[in-house]
This record gives sequence, structure tokens and C-alpha cells, in this order.
Amino acid sequence: MADLKIRIWRGDETGGAMADFSVPARENQTILDVVTQIQREQAPDLAYRFACRVGMCGSCAMEVNGRARWTCRTHVKRVAGPGEVVEIRPLANLPVIRDLATDMAPFFDKWAKAQGSFQPKDAPDGSVPAEFSVVPPNSKQRMEADAGIECIGCGVCYASCDIVAWNPDYLGPAAMNRAWTLVNDVRDGANPQRLDAVSGDAGCHSCHSTQSCTERCPKNLDPSSAIAGLKRKLFWDSLLGRR
Amino acid sequence: MAEPLVFARKPPAARSPGDRRHPTYVAFVIHRISGLLLALFLPLHFWALGQALQGEAVLEGFLRWTDNPLFKFAEWGLVVLLALHLAGGLRVMALEFLGWRAGQKDMVAATAGIAVAAAILFLLNVG
Amino acid sequence: MNPRGAKLWAIQRITAAFLGLAVMVHLLTIMLAVRGGLSAAEILGRTRGAELWFGFYVLFALCAGLHGAIGLRNIAGEWLGLRGRGLDALWLGIGLVTAGFGMRAAWGLYHG
Repeated sequence: MADLKIRIWRGDETGGAMADFSVPARENQTILDVVTQIQREQAPDLAYRFACRVGMCGSCAMEVNGRARWTCRTHVKRVAGPGEVVEIRPLANLPVIRDLATDMAPFFDKWAKAQGSFQPKDAPDGSVPAEFSVVPPNSKQRMEADAGIECIGCGVCYASCDIVAWNPDYLGPAAMNRAWTLVNDVRDGANPQRLDAVSGDAGCHSCHSTQSCTERCPKNLDPSSAIAGLKRKLFWDSLLGRR
Repeated sequence: MAEPLVFARKPPAARSPGDRRHPTYVAFVIHRISGLLLALFLPLHFWALGQALQGEAVLEGFLRWTDNPLFKFAEWGLVVLLALHLAGGLRVMALEFLGWRAGQKDMVAATAGIAVAAAILFLLNVG
Repeated sequence: MNPRGAKLWAIQRITAAFLGLAVMVHLLTIMLAVRGGLSAAEILGRTRGAELWFGFYVLFALCAGLHGAIGLRNIAGEWLGLRGRGLDALWLGIGLVTAGFGMRAAWGLYHG
């Protein structure tokens, strides 16, 4: 089999360039296999990030031929025909630390800004409630929360979103998908503040439903619909004086 | 204590043009461009009509001036823009207010169909 | 607290709902009116003193002016990086002035 032609971004925040590599082709080979081969055999100082190799941890996402993907779950055959060059770059919309490794801090800071952590409701006297909440599995709110709960924070949607590129303050699809699961969590007590946090230009009201997030999510989640849910809730709650 | 990482502007070469060929992205671009053109045209439309409607003689002159083919073509383009923008708006409102999830690609196709149909209908009427 | 952009979003959607209907009515009446050609006397004979139509077009102009200006504001913010409260006020002003021109045209058609 002919060798694969691979182009990889080498550089840090000060600059860099694309570098060409040739990698032995195999019958079954993922993009992550290719990057690992290069680091082990050809460029030991190549920086990239991975952990589980089986699509559970969400740490190996990169841009492959202009599209954010989990490299561990992307076969070379799926992105390039025989003889075609594969271009691998760091995730878009995030600062580059070096080579293919991006700094995920701004991404997770925005989860915190969108109040993405569970805030349990207090009992009427301010203490921890004595009773468990009962959440029927087929209730509407439980199903809305279920639809978005499997996110593992890989950043593919964030790197695919043009609004993030256009407005650095924009919270992005993953953070608001998380907020929408909590808005639908009947045990949570922080929704007035959370809905304020996801409102306005930095929040759900800047989404234009390009649905790049939904299109690219490796877990087939639908952050675009979650953001639409936030808009809908904010609109009717404001109009009917519920907030 | 470690210094916090400070990043300069990203090196442009680390970025690829990006793949944005999915139908819903195309729908967004059409909606935005048609909206931009309509918003720029609107003041012109209002101002010209306001000028023309100063009296019967002025209006008659304006109407005869608009009889030329170039104006008819521009008028047709305007109706197409309106139809496209309206169809794209229905897509957005259905997603936002009705919470539609499934069949989104079908919805894009349907809105494009409505837009083209409206334009053809207008063309048949004017032509 | 009311984050910037939330109210403008709501105004744009409410005006959109009205414009969706109004544009169809506008186009249909034009299509019916242009059958057999247009003359000034014919148009003015139909429109003068039609108060309901005048009201419709005043509201139409207001919605179109605001809807378009908010759209331009979003494009300027996202594509040109022009943002801020001052600019928001400017865009709102542009929208209202545009609407004013539309109302002037409607006045000319129905009362002039």
C-alpha cells in the first residue's frame, strides 16, 4: 500500500507552518493512529492530546480537513481517498498551546459562566431536603434533560461554531446545552440566575441556527435545539412576567 | 507559582477555511445575505415612494419611468429576496418557537421551494 | 438585570411575525393591482381615504424599519466587530427614521 500523505500544523502562539509527513498505510487506521506514528517514529516533539483512544474521554479532537472531529473515531479512509493529502490542525476558536494541543480553559470557563453546575434546591427552612425528588422518566422535562445529558465536553461543537469565532464572549453550544439540561432539572434551584447568565448577545440570543454544532457533534446531540429551548423559555417567561 | 499562560492572537496559518457545506448553514447564509440586501434597499424604497407620492402628476411620471425592463428585473429580484428571507425566517421561527428538531433538512428544502414558487408566481403575473 | 441583546431579539421576532403576514398581503395586493397596468389616477382613486389600509402601512413601516435595523446591528457586530450601547441606540434611531420615511410614503398615498 502506498504511504499516506499527512500535513500537520507545527507551531505555537508566536507562529509556525504546516509540515509534511509520510506514514505507512494500514488496512485499519485512525487519524489518531497516524498522529501517534508520527510522534513516535518521526517527530518526538510533536504536541497533541489524547487519553482513552475509544471515544469516551473527548480529549483527542482536532481539525481534520477543515472539520472538527474525534481523531480516535475517524478512520483515514473516511476523510481521504487514495493519494489524497490529510490536513490536521488544532481545534479552531481556542488558543493554541503548541502544535495540535489547544488550551481548553476558555471553553470550560464559559461552562462556569453559563452556571453549568447543579445547585440543589433547599427545603423551605433552608436546610437540605429530607425527601428525594421524584422525576418520572417519561416526564417532558426529564426527556429534554436526557436529550443533552451525554455531552463529554470535547469542544467539537465550540470549534465548529461561527458565532464563537465572531464574538469571543459568546458562551457557545456546549455550555448552553448544559444550561438547558439544568433548566429542565426539577431538583435545581438556581434557574433564575442561570437564565440571566445565558441571555443576551453573549448567550442564546446570538445563535442563528446554523446548526453546525448539531451537524458535527460526535455523540449526535442537538445543542442548537437546546439553545432554541432557552430562547423560548426566556421569551415566554419575560412576556408573562414569570421572571 | 506558575505564570498564567498568555496567548497572543492565533497564528492565522493554524486555521483552515473550514467545511460549512451542510444545508442548514447554507440556509443561514441565504437568510443573512437576503436580509442585508433588503435592509439596505428599504430606506431607498420608502424615500423614492415618498418623493413619487407628492401628487398625481409626479406619481404618473414615476410609474412611466418604472416601465423600463431594467426596473422590472430589479423588481423581480426584490420579490425573490423577500420570498427567500421570508422562507428562511419561517425556518428560524419554527426551530425557536415550536421546538422542531426532526426533519430539519426537509424544512430547509420546503422553505426554498416556497421561495422559488412565490418568485415564479410573481414573474407570471408581471411578465 | 437585562443583558444587552435580549430585548432586541424579542422585538425582532415580534416584528417578524407581523411582517410575515404583512409581506404576503403587500405582495398579493400588488399582484392584483398590476393586472392590466398601472396608472396614477387609478391607484390614488383606490387608496385615498382608506383609513384601515393607511393604518396597516404605518404599522408595516414601523415593523420593517425596526426589523431591518436590528438585523444590520447584528451583522455589524458579528462581521465588522462594531458593538456597544451607543451603537445600539444609533441603530434603533436609524430604524425609526427609516420607518418615518415609510409612514411619509403611506401618508402621500392615502391622504396626499
